[in-house]
Amino acid sequence: MKPTLLIPLVAFLLLVVILAGGFQLKDPHILPTVLINQPFPEFELASLHGEETLTKQDLIGEIALVNVWATWCPNCLVEHPELMRISQKENIPIYGINYNDDPVKARKWLRRYKDPFKKVIVDDKGRLGIDLGVYGAPETFLIDDEGVIQFKHIGIVDRELWTNTLMPLIDQLKRVKMKKADLSSKIDIQS
Amino acid sequence: MIAELGHFSLILALGLAVALTVIPAVGVYQSRPLLMNMSGSLSAGLFVFVFISICCLANSFLTDDFSVDYVARNSNTSLPMQYKISAIWGAHEGSFLLWILVMAGWTLAVSVFSEQLTTDMRARVLSVLGVLTVGFLLFILLTSNPFDRTLPVFPMEGSDLNPLLQDFGLIVHPPMLYMGYVGFAVPFAFAIATLSTGQLDSAWARWSRPWTNVAWAFLTVGITLGSWWAYYELGWGGWWFWDAVENASFMPWLIGTALVHSLAASEKRGVLKSWTVLLAIFAFSFSLLGAFLVRSGVLTSVHSFAVDPERGMYILIFLVLVVGGSLTLFAFKASKIESTADFKASSREAMLLINNLLLVVASAAVLLGTIYPLFYEAMNDGLKISVGPPYFNKVFVPIVMMLFVAMAISPVSRWKKTSTERLLKSQVIPFVSALVMVTMAVIVFAKSIEIVVIFVNTIAVWIIISLGRDLYQKVQHKKAKIQSLFKQSMSYYGMLLGHFGIAISIIGVVSTVYFSEEKDVRLEPGDSLTLSAYHFKLNKMLRVEGPNYLADQAEIEVRKGGDFVAILRPEKRFYPGAENTMTEADIEVGLFRDLFVALGEPLDNGAWAVRVHYKPFVRWIWFGGMFIALGGFLTVLDRRYRVKASRKVTETVLVGTAV
Repeated sequence: MKPTLLIPLVAFLLLVVILAGGFQLKDPHILPTVLINQPFPEFELASLHGEETLTKQDLIGEIALVNVWATWCPNCLVEHPELMRISQKENIPIYGINYNDDPVKARKWLRRYKDPFKKVIVDDKGRLGIDLGVYGAPETFLIDDEGVIQFKHIGIVDRELWTNTLMPLIDQLKRVKMKKADLSSKIDIQS
Repeated sequence: MIAELGHFSLILALGLAVALTVIPAVGVYQSRPLLMNMSGSLSAGLFVFVFISICCLANSFLTDDFSVDYVARNSNTSLPMQYKISAIWGAHEGSFLLWILVMAGWTLAVSVFSEQLTTDMRARVLSVLGVLTVGFLLFILLTSNPFDRTLPVFPMEGSDLNPLLQDFGLIVHPPMLYMGYVGFAVPFAFAIATLSTGQLDSAWARWSRPWTNVAWAFLTVGITLGSWWAYYELGWGGWWFWDAVENASFMPWLIGTALVHSLAASEKRGVLKSWTVLLAIFAFSFSLLGAFLVRSGVLTSVHSFAVDPERGMYILIFLVLVVGGSLTLFAFKASKIESTADFKASSREAMLLINNLLLVVASAAVLLGTIYPLFYEAMNDGLKISVGPPYFNKVFVPIVMMLFVAMAISPVSRWKKTSTERLLKSQVIPFVSALVMVTMAVIVFAKSIEIVVIFVNTIAVWIIISLGRDLYQKVQHKKAKIQSLFKQSMSYYGMLLGHFGIAISIIGVVSTVYFSEEKDVRLEPGDSLTLSAYHFKLNKMLRVEGPNYLADQAEIEVRKGGDFVAILRPEKRFYPGAENTMTEADIEVGLFRDLFVALGEPLDNGAWAVRVHYKPFVRWIWFGGMFIALGGFLTVLDRRYRVKASRKVTETVLVGTAV
């Protein structure tokens, strides 16, 4: 046997290792635990619209979705109608992170398909994406009113995800918040 | 009951597949022709039971049996009949059943059309196909059973087929694609069977070639249809997205293209044999890899099937066994293969080798771009990145450009040795005339002069001129020129047609990319816009009702310089069953341009966001694809693949007269 004939086999085994590795890392049912319940990473990036600089403070205040998207990502277009619906009908603000993209193209894209975002952060170098552990676009984060990441979803947001996962989570967050408010008002009365 | 029958026939099919794997193999081992010949009837039985199974699933769809989970998830009582049938392969489980049916079909075809094979070889090939079928059947039975029930509580109404899939495209695209994917199992089986005997002669290449060409032609049709479907259905006028799943079908196609060419060299000249065997293994391995990427959920894509890690793990293990096993076999046996001939650096063999290398590098580039995110993640402790179309355009385009230049030159090259000087000299006139023609055409017809467009189209026209000249040279010295046209082999015409198709596609791609125009506007009824030389006027908006949807329909009148061109009726549909809206574009189709109109969102005052595209030469992309496929099918009609069969017939006739 000539040793060179082993090259295809070795190359293939290497590929399998990568695939198996990727497979382990990215079981879509298991959330990357490192990010859940962690505060949203700090950043200072340009806004897609206008001159202002956006920071983490802009995202804090109410329960919101943060959506990572790009014009080169066909799936972002697939989930776009659902994002529009959520922002209009469900009254949940959505912040966009325009990821590894050209801002000019991104503005054009939003003009063409309508803009579901309250604000759009320009992450053209992908720095914030790295901090967030973004795998690709689209990805969507659910943050609470204090800017803590509650949930992360890889892939498109559709009605099923909204009904089965996002809406129950948001309701639960709201309940917890109300209880807290309730509790603190009671404490106020007692004191 | 019927669904259980379908499940049961799948289990029986598994039993037959196991028998098909074992019995002929034992027959080969013990040299018992009786056992070897059982492979024929076992293949037939396997096909029959898989067919019964898919018919049972069809029955469940047609009778709206929502107690079957798969039917409940993918159908609805108001779904039109043709989509109830095609919904069988509308999602993961059923589409894999179709995959198995196609596999059983190819196996049956091999057992029927195998007069040329020795009994021993036929048994080996069918045994390999048998073991692959066992793997597929185990996969569907263990992880993806389409016959699962939701009893005792089942829905009264199904949640409807995804509206994107309620289209002619779903009816034809997956079956064609699977014919190609799974068809590569046949050259794979030939390669493994031959390696197992240790005797690689050109007979092996002659057996494999027609099967490979047919599978490859089907895959070409499948990819072309997919591209066309995406163009008109997804509503944003693109025709290729470098999406992970598109890549998953494109890689086997590239490797298959290399295989089709290297088989020619192996058959005609007995060279590059071990390389060809390796390609045969790789073509099918890439099909399996594609199945893994699509169905495991490691990569996200528009084609997202329901994701289940268990399925991914199963396919990965299957992939390791099949590909790892065959590459190990290759490593041990391929050293015995010897080339029976030699060739020079400027011969046709060398040109084919260049073609092969470029195609393999191109598919490696696509593979890298597709799995790079995973690779990076593994290397960098979970850091995640992604590459988009920019990567593919930068890396892939230069490689295929080199390939196209080689394609223009190659018809002139001859087997064994061609003088380099003659090769280059002969290209001067075709190249210069192509350059002149294209430059003139661009100056006269195009709005702007783009160097890239001139360059790429020149190569395309150069290819066509070379092909035409080659055909002319083949007949010019003959007395009866027309008759000698008929005497050329079918595989030669297949080659001409295939290369011609590539040239047509190149023209389509580059013209669409550089000269497309589009506009997004707000239109109220009565408003109009102008794009390129066309004038679009929104006459009115209508409400229409389909079988399972409601739609807003626009009536848009298109005129060019005052002359009426067409009325276009794009729709925005709402499907209550799936709670989904869909953009249904309307297209005015033409040989030299498409006019594509899609409705965006409703705005205030009865106005609508409307998008209009002008897409020159876009049809050429798919015409080219169809020519390529036709070329692939044509080669199979070549007389030499039927030689032995006809000889057999003569023998029987002789015996008959003797009696």
